Amino acid sequence: MKKITIDPITRLEGHGKITIFLNDDGSVANVYFQVPELRGFEKFCEGRPAEDMPQITQRICGVCPEAHHMAATKALDDLFHVEPTSTARKLRELLYSAFYVTDHTTHFYILASPDFVMGPDAPPAERNILGVIAKVGLELGGAVINTRKQNHWIIQTVGGRPINPCFGLPGGVSRAITEEERKQIEEIAKQSVEFGKLSLKLFDDVVLKNKAYLDMILSETFTQRSYNMGLVDEKNRVNFYDGKVRVVGPDGKEFCKYAPREYLDHIAEHVEPWTYLKFPYLKKIGWKGFIDGKDSGVYRATPLSRLNAADGMATPLAQAEYEKMYSTLGGKPVNYTLATHWARLIELLYAAERLLELSRDPEITSPNIRNIPTAKPDEGVGIVEAPRGTLTHHYITDERGVIKKCNLIVGTTNNYAPLFMSIKKAAEDFIKPGVKITEGLLNRIEMAWRPYDPCASCATHALPGQLPLEVTIYDAQGNELKRLSRGIS
Amino acid sequence: MAKLKIALYWAASCGGCEIATLAIHEKILKLAEVADIVFWPVGMDFKYADVEKMPDKSVDVCLFNGAIRNEENEHMAHLLRAKSKLMIAYGSCAYEGCIPGLANFYNRQTIFDRVYVETPSTDNPKRIYPKTKVKVPEGELEIPEFYDTVKTLRQTVNVDYVVPGCPPEEKTTWLALEALISGKLPPKGTVISHSVKAVCDECPRKKEEKKIKKFYRPYEKIPEPEKCLLEQGFLCYGIATRGGCGALCPQANMPCTGCYGPVEGVIDQGAHFLSALASIIDSNDPEEIQKIIDDIPDPAGTFYRYSLPDSLLRRAIIK
Repeated sequence: MKKITIDPITRLEGHGKITIFLNDDGSVANVYFQVPELRGFEKFCEGRPAEDMPQITQRICGVCPEAHHMAATKALDDLFHVEPTSTARKLRELLYSAFYVTDHTTHFYILASPDFVMGPDAPPAERNILGVIAKVGLELGGAVINTRKQNHWIIQTVGGRPINPCFGLPGGVSRAITEEERKQIEEIAKQSVEFGKLSLKLFDDVVLKNKAYLDMILSETFTQRSYNMGLVDEKNRVNFYDGKVRVVGPDGKEFCKYAPREYLDHIAEHVEPWTYLKFPYLKKIGWKGFIDGKDSGVYRATPLSRLNAADGMATPLAQAEYEKMYSTLGGKPVNYTLATHWARLIELLYAAERLLELSRDPEITSPNIRNIPTAKPDEGVGIVEAPRGTLTHHYITDERGVIKKCNLIVGTTNNYAPLFMSIKKAAEDFIKPGVKITEGLLNRIEMAWRPYDPCASCATHALPGQLPLEVTIYDAQGNELKRLSRGIS
Repeated sequence: MAKLKIALYWAASCGGCEIATLAIHEKILKLAEVADIVFWPVGMDFKYADVEKMPDKSVDVCLFNGAIRNEENEHMAHLLRAKSKLMIAYGSCAYEGCIPGLANFYNRQTIFDRVYVETPSTDNPKRIYPKTKVKVPEGELEIPEFYDTVKTLRQTVNVDYVVPGCPPEEKTTWLALEALISGKLPPKGTVISHSVKAVCDECPRKKEEKKIKKFYRPYEKIPEPEKCLLEQGFLCYGIATRGGCGALCPQANMPCTGCYGPVEGVIDQGAHFLSALASIIDSNDPEEIQKIIDDIPDPAGTFYRYSLPDSLLRRAIIK
């Protein structure tokens, strides 16, 4: 038996490690995807004041602290039995929309686009954001940097800090915005909408008009028929900040729809001894292992699954793009993993449109930003849609509002099993007896999981646009036969 | 002049310090003119094996973020120390242990019990826990050992400088990088920040007399817009926290939580805050003082929010 280890790939909660075992004939025997880190927030949040949870839990992830801050703040509303004021609710969603614009922009341009713009077999030295800018134009590069910077300014202005905001409180937010600030936000939102349109046009020109890419999107290797999860509003449209969690099957039919408080009726987590991360699944179906289909409890919580789980988008331009995607790819649901990139851009446009709507809301500059809770705290659940999946925070406190129990089901964790299965399927299809293992081949395996954007694979890890990847092949006695590495001289 | 060789690494951290490193925006181009990044697993294609091959002290400076939570973190700290002329604890986790350091109120077993067995969504009747080595049908799989206690970088290897903050603000990061680029380095052991004084020093809120009769939690009342938060009874940590951040949280009407660590010369930030608070409680009656202090729901977790592993306490004793 041969063993291939890809270590470290990227971080989820920590770093990641892929091990591929080969049979003697060179075919894939099995694949393991391990997460070698744990920090234990579910335990050490015990004893902390509940109101500090938005700021404590956002240290789970420095890439999407806004998502944890928001889920925690919503859990506090529930815990303290207080509704946020209408303006506070809108300010939260406004910040969250700006966050989505930055996050999706980062992922698509820095991580995903090099594969399509430069091609999966382009040399790694070119297959990165700098290569993309060189090919598509400096103007676009400037727009990417500007969109990120401007929306970070919104996050700092509304949330108090550029990384790790501090504004969330049960019943509201800590700071109102001025008319001056509102105007600037509106201006940034307008530019972001244009940027969203530009991004979809780029996707259309570069990917959809290229038959080879379209064929790759539609190929069986990159197809997975799992359940789809996403937060929806009262009209079953995609919403990132609030609503109910809807799950539709691989056949497109609604399987369940639940309010945050009901999450334990629907979600359970499986433990394996070789990894620190758990595997969530649909409780009513059960854990059946790493398999897809209707009879397996595995679900996905990604941009694509959110669009699959919804009936549409709540803003006009995004809705038109939503319809175009489904008509192009043969109707709902779309089970092609690579279409996740397309879905992410539709979400980017939606977030920008929503940001614009909220920036023009007459209530948005109201000073009425807080309701003071009066009821005794006891238990609360908060759910938001993090860019990398449905995020659930659940707290139980004593009557002083001190955390007694805390449970967290975090964005990327939802996708652990499907991510694993996508890697395995790609490895099995690409690594075959007699096929030389090349750099481009490894990149195709990587392309199977990049759509999930496993946490922190965003802004940071990918200046050159690629992950560190090294494959070492051992023979049955553990002797090194071959070493293949990318970008390592 | 030869370019500076810089290594960046993350141990037990959240990625926020990586984002903070990038937050110097266009200045990153200036950095690229004078420095080469020789190791950055998040940003570039280098492997652990490449670091092992480097001669000792061949890296000019290592910016190390994250706490020491498991054996891999510890191994990399020792390795990078050996290869680097200067070792910098970048951010609160490497400096003091930070939020992941709150795990020192518990230990490995209590954390594992909670995460893998007790949490209401977990279905694990056989009580399976992750193990460092596991036999699977195809072979053996390994993951690093999770330690009982979170350590700081300074408790693990010799550290030359510290950059504080969770994460460090853009201007703090640039202050450190400028010192490195220019070669005008401060004395060894310096905590690099724009201030050696407290956050209060740079907070625009009006300070008058600090006399506290009652502590309020942030959700209990709306603060007056311009008055010092501590004087209003909010447990604002600015008085015992190093400045340099620009007092961002108090300006967003929220108390400082202490992420820039202790002010110059103070070893234990929590003890310093406690003694500062004791001096401003407006009572001489021991019973009344006790009652006022009882309004603080989680003193240890609040005073040592970012610094438990680095404090004189270091951890709780688990029986």
